[in-house]
Amino acid sequence: MTKQNNYHTIISLVQDKPGVLARVASLFRRRGFNIASLAVGHSEEPGLSRMTFVVDGDQYTVDQATKQLDKLVDIVKVSDISEADVVARELALIKVSITDQTRSQIIEIVQLFRAKIVDVGTMSLVVETTGEEAKIDALIELLQPFNITELMRTGRVAMVRGKSTGEISDDYSTNSIDGNKNRALAREVGSY
Amino acid sequence: MVPREIKKTRPFIGMGLFVINREGSMKLTGAEIVCESLLKEGVDLLFGIPGGAVLPFYDALGKYPALRHVLVRHEQAASMAADGYARASGKVGVCTATSGPGATNLATGIAAAQMDSVPIVAITGQVPRAAIGRDAFQETDLTGLTLPITKHNYLVMDVHDVAPAIKEAFYIARSGRPGPVLVDIPKDVLLGERIDFNWPQELDLPGYKPAGSAPEAQILKAAEVINNAHRPVILAGHGVIISRAFDELKELAEKAQIPVITTLLGISSFPTDHILNVGMPGMHGMAYASLAIDQADVVISLGARFDDRVTGRISDFAPNANIVHFDIDPSEFNKNVRVAAPVLGDLKQTLTQIIPSINKTIRLDWMQNIEQLKTEHPSLHIREDKEILPQFVMQQLSEITKGDAIVVTGVGQHQMWAAQHYHFTEANTWITSGGLGTMGFEVPAALGAKLARPEKVVWSVAGDGGFQMTMCDLATAVENNIEVKFAILNNGTLGMVRQLQDLFYENGFVASLYSGNPDFVKLAEAYGITGIKVTDKSQVAQAIQTAMDTPGPVIIDFIVKQDEHVFPMIPAGESVNEIMEEPSPESVSR
Repeated sequence: MTKQNNYHTIISLVQDKPGVLARVASLFRRRGFNIASLAVGHSEEPGLSRMTFVVDGDQYTVDQATKQLDKLVDIVKVSDISEADVVARELALIKVSITDQTRSQIIEIVQLFRAKIVDVGTMSLVVETTGEEAKIDALIELLQPFNITELMRTGRVAMVRGKSTGEISDDYSTNSIDGNKNRALAREVGSY
Repeated sequence: MVPREIKKTRPFIGMGLFVINREGSMKLTGAEIVCESLLKEGVDLLFGIPGGAVLPFYDALGKYPALRHVLVRHEQAASMAADGYARASGKVGVCTATSGPGATNLATGIAAAQMDSVPIVAITGQVPRAAIGRDAFQETDLTGLTLPITKHNYLVMDVHDVAPAIKEAFYIARSGRPGPVLVDIPKDVLLGERIDFNWPQELDLPGYKPAGSAPEAQILKAAEVINNAHRPVILAGHGVIISRAFDELKELAEKAQIPVITTLLGISSFPTDHILNVGMPGMHGMAYASLAIDQADVVISLGARFDDRVTGRISDFAPNANIVHFDIDPSEFNKNVRVAAPVLGDLKQTLTQIIPSINKTIRLDWMQNIEQLKTEHPSLHIREDKEILPQFVMQQLSEITKGDAIVVTGVGQHQMWAAQHYHFTEANTWITSGGLGTMGFEVPAALGAKLARPEKVVWSVAGDGGFQMTMCDLATAVENNIEVKFAILNNGTLGMVRQLQDLFYENGFVASLYSGNPDFVKLAEAYGITGIKVTDKSQVAQAIQTAMDTPGPVIIDFIVKQDEHVFPMIPAGESVNEIMEEPSPESVSR
């Protein structure tokens, strides 16, 4: 994974509204940003979901992606946490072919990685593993010779360590109109 | 057959403000709620065309005489007229159309509004909820379709969401960096369940935070860069007009003696004849304006977004300058150019914040330098010619209207000549499709502008190409007696295309000649309005005067020189070093 250096992690809090994923996808496509992975799920607050993006691109791309995402009305908060101290995990399910000869070897590798075997059949077994991408990549590499017949990865989910709620101060923090999100009028009625 | 009893229980409607039936409760349909919501938002005018899915709304409109509906002839005119109305009035423009083709026809005007940050709200009918996703008659996924060309959009699937959606739509459209918002409402939401009308007191938009004033640190940093500048220029963009920061711009420029360059959309943010006005830069801007930016050590951008038509080759843009960038949209910072000092906020507020920190300065050397550039590069010189030169028509229009008219254009040569030669004396009187570059915009947008400001003289300046894209809406002008004066710079060709073909392509004028143009005077007659054909330059001034003296819409067909190029020109992707200027009259005899 020599391109690892170009991967940036962005997390965002979004409103659970129909089409929010389409808005995000449309934005990335239109502006030519590459999503390496995207994971979505409920957050601690009802009505809000968290998304973890891994964006493939240079600092300019990530800056633009972050700021353009923040412009979407349904996106409540966006943070580029690439530089932050984070816990990042990914889950993978790996289906590997087995024979009487290879079974024990595979189980040994799985145990070495503290992964789990969650399904065993006569011809194959399914390995579940959680960890950072590098660990999953390494496990996949070791299992590859035994013939991986199916692979499913969730993409990265990430969380900033400590008290932070994932908010990273950005350079362009601003005084919003009056600090009150509910204020109805930006300017006097009848003018811009 | 309507039984009497039903008639009895029909609600009474009092001028659209209250709906009270005999039982005393206030139950409204979705369509009536849309009308009530529009009134709450201060709307008094909308443009559109009805059709199946949106008919319940039109039926409700019949009970709301305070909502004037202007029936256009093609939905693109509805969105573009709403755009022109919004730009001229400062209010949110409203357009409406039915599902499917009606709404897709709105799309070009919506995209234009998005590119130029114009607040419009488009209300569209959608097929009934149960039919959505089944490829029903006249069904189009409008929220999907307009996703990349709106600031935000809504598909309202519950009648209880109608009023909140409209309130949010107007707020989002006009606040922050303005833009178009589409509200798509299925027919059975418009005409199904009746509910109480509750206008929401608060908005629930936790993810929407338009900027207001700027943090002090940004102001101090920007002031420091500006105060240390020796050769500063202001690049005034559309943001100055949107924020109505005309006085603040003038105060800043005069206090620190900073020359003001206006982008295409920034024209009329600063008086053309002000001593500090250095014109428009970029592809067809004045050479001296582009050169001033080239030599500047600080470029102060006020609500401009460094479009490629302004910058040319980005690596060669303002090579010696630190850029101070005032904008309400943080994603504009460092998008196209590296910014030394960003200032985030509403321009009127941020300029008010910074002006006290700006030193009073006199810059004799820099001003002399710019005067010299103007002398050496007389970009606006109009040479003598036997035929009518389009620049000459624009210069005459400027003189006769005393720079006081609202001028509306589409895109192309006519737009550039108007931008170059019209001397604006009043703020916000220039309306043009800048970002999207929309042919045909000039006709409907002028109708919207005239309805917004009936006291002003409004000139729609068009080429024969653009005019024919939207001339069906002459009927709208006639029907509503919208007194727009139409000036067609008729060269019988797609002028800008012809110019590019001539300069940069090998195989002649492919598909750019218009040999089948109608007789525009007869066209005017067909619509029952006055048409004037001008074939000699001695008639130009008189025709303009006659048009102004004649009540109602008037069309002037100026037969202008076909092979005229817009100069100066910086070819696409090149820099000011590659600028092409018109040969000076001394060096060449034509």
